[in-house]
Order: sequence, then C-alpha cells, then structure tokens
Amino acid sequence: MARPVPLVRRRLLLALAGASLLPAAGSRGAGTIRMTAEKFKFTPQEIRLKRGETVALELVSLDRLHGFSAPDFGVRADVIPGRPVRLELTPTRAGEFTFVCDNFCGDDHDEMSGTFVVD
Amino acid sequence: MDRREFVKLAGLGGVVFASGLPGYAHAQKPEDFFFVQLTDTHWGYKNDSVNPDAGQTLKRVVAAVNGLAVQPDFVMFTGDLTQTTDDPKVRRQRLAEFREQVAPLRARVRFMAGEHDASLDGGEAYKELFGELYYTFDHKGVHFIVIDNISDRAPIIGEKQLGWLRAHLATRDRNERIVVLTHRPLFDLYPQWDWATRDGAQAIEMLMPFRNVTVFYGHIHHEYHHLTGHIAHHAAMSPMFPLAPVGTMPKKTQMPWDAAAPLKGLGWRTVKSADGFMQMNDIPLRG
Repeated sequence: MARPVPLVRRRLLLALAGASLLPAAGSRGAGTIRMTAEKFKFTPQEIRLKRGETVALELVSLDRLHGFSAPDFGVRADVIPGRPVRLELTPTRAGEFTFVCDNFCGDDHDEMSGTFVVD
Repeated sequence: MDRREFVKLAGLGGVVFASGLPGYAHAQKPEDFFFVQLTDTHWGYKNDSVNPDAGQTLKRVVAAVNGLAVQPDFVMFTGDLTQTTDDPKVRRQRLAEFREQVAPLRARVRFMAGEHDASLDGGEAYKELFGELYYTFDHKGVHFIVIDNISDRAPIIGEKQLGWLRAHLATRDRNERIVVLTHRPLFDLYPQWDWATRDGAQAIEMLMPFRNVTVFYGHIHHEYHHLTGHIAHHAAMSPMFPLAPVGTMPKKTQMPWDAAAPLKGLGWRTVKSADGFMQMNDIPLRG
C-alpha cells in the first residue's frame, strides 16, 4: 500500500509534474478536469472539450501504478498512487480521441481507456 | 514496396508472406529450415462470450503442430503464454500448467514472455520456470535475438537491455541473417491502443545497419505486416482469441465468439528460412 504523501511534498510533486509536462504557453486560466485512475477504469471515461480551448487534467491513482496516454495530443504521464499529476492539452481539431492506460496494470488493463470528444 | 523486401506469395491453407534480401550472401550460407511461431496462448483465459472452449484451444494447436508431416526445427512461443493474475501463486500455477500443456509437442520448444506472464512481478515467476527474459541463439546460420519489452509495467525495453543489445550487435557481421523475436511491436503500431514500445525506435535504429533483419512478434492477436526501412515486422494470430484489426473499432476489442465459425480469427504460423527469405504461412486453427 502506498504511504500518504505530505501536503507540502504533494504540492511540490504536483508542481514538478506540471513543470515537466506542461507547455509554457496556455497554462494560464485553463479549466481543470480532475480524473481518477483505478483497476481498470478512468473516471470520467468521456470528456468533452472545445477546439482551441486549453484544459488541464489532474490525475490521481486510487490503487496502483497506471499510465495516462493521449497519443493524438502528444501527452502521457505515469499515474502513481499518492502523486497527483497534471497535464495540459489544447485540441486543435474536432472529433473523438482515445486515451488509454499505458502501464500494464492487470487482467483488464486492455479495458482501461476513455474518449475525448472535441466539439 | 520493394519486392526484394516484402513479397506476397500464393499460400495453401493460409496466407504466405516473405521478407528478406536475397543476394546478400553471408560468409556461412544458412541451411534451409522452418520453425513454428505460436503466440498469445493465454492459458487461464476465461470468457465464454469470446472463447467458450478456452480449455481445449492449446491442445488443438499442439495437435495441429504435431500433425505436420515434417516437424519444425523448433516451436517459438512469442509471449503471453498465460493470462495474467494478481496472485503470484496462481501465476506460477498457470505457467506450470502451460508447460504441461505444451509438453506433448514433438519439436523442440523455445519460450519468451509477454506482459501477461511477466509484467506484474518483473518476470520473477517466469524466470523461475522458463529462464531468461532476453537472450540470443543461433540456428543453421541464422542469428535469433529475443528482446524483452514486457517485464516492466511500462512498454519499454529499458536502458540496461538496450545497452546489452548495442554491445551484442557490435560483435555481429552486418551481412548476417538476423531474426528478432519480441512480444510487443517495436514500432508505433497504434499507441491509441497501447500497441507500441516506447523506446523500440532505439532498437530498430541499432538494427538498421544490418542488411537482413526480420522481426516476429505477437500481442495484437492478428496478422499484421509492416516495414520500418528494410526491416519487416510480422505479427501472428493467437489461437486463444482474436482482437479487432488495428484501428477498426473505437476501443481495443476482443472479437465475440461466432457460433457459425467458432475458430474464426484463431491461428498460428510457420516460418521457413530459405534462400535469404523468411516465408510465413499463417494458418487458421481448425476443429
């Protein structure tokens, strides 16, 4: 079982994760969508976005190591229990785009995916 | 597409592909031989809506291989021997049962792991029962390299193994015939379904100077043929359950069982090494 991470350390980790993953532009004023990852689903599984609008995703794992990958937007991160991770993306075209867990997490790992619907 | 590199031939009972660069002679001319590729047998898999006969599938494919008029030089299992489990005892039990199931094969067998066998425990149980996760062997003038891109939770080869591969390839003749065996695709086949190896491009780059390289892999449960430069990559069918062809569904999907064609999409492969070609025959499983 993962040990709880002190709040200060959590903020530091969050800031470090953001610094390494966020593009320099577009981070100001982005709406934030909180997501959880657990065996074997993301919540929410469908996320509606608007073209040209930057959004921040804040992910946390509720059980074990997972991954989050949205290849169409060029973003991915490890999602580790006790270490929330923040990613930003700006959709540039409309459509449906898959995101998946890309760290093998068990029997129904293949089921662990979701969809961005971009209007 | 260059005919020398990738040739589709007429097949009997399956589809035959060939890849290679005939004409690039190696100092020691390889002898002709053939082997069988079996992949993604997933022993322990249970889902009646996809394969209600899962307990018999492995027996059926073992019988099919044993029934070949000429036996292969060896049978190569390219990973996901078993269905994964969180329970280390059950994992060991499934790996042991798998080994018993394939023991009747008449030909020599060689193994490698898939993420279902080895990812959750870093390959610990697999190594206890089957040995190393990555290794090389030679057979009748062809050099085989087994690459592990599954024993980390992440789909990677990893720095340590890449270093080993780099050092190993530095010792080899660039005209040598090389067969690479992996479980996951080394190239970005379809990352939207997690069908990729994050650092696979580094391995491909290391292999590029070699004139005759063919990669055989599993993981995607259907036949798929792809070129990165002159290197051909070939995925084989699984005898346990088919997955939807790449990109044809919104999500990666196990194809539902069809009562009218209960073995549809299931199969195995023979590979003949002859005259500089690797000739594949992908054979549907039959009742």
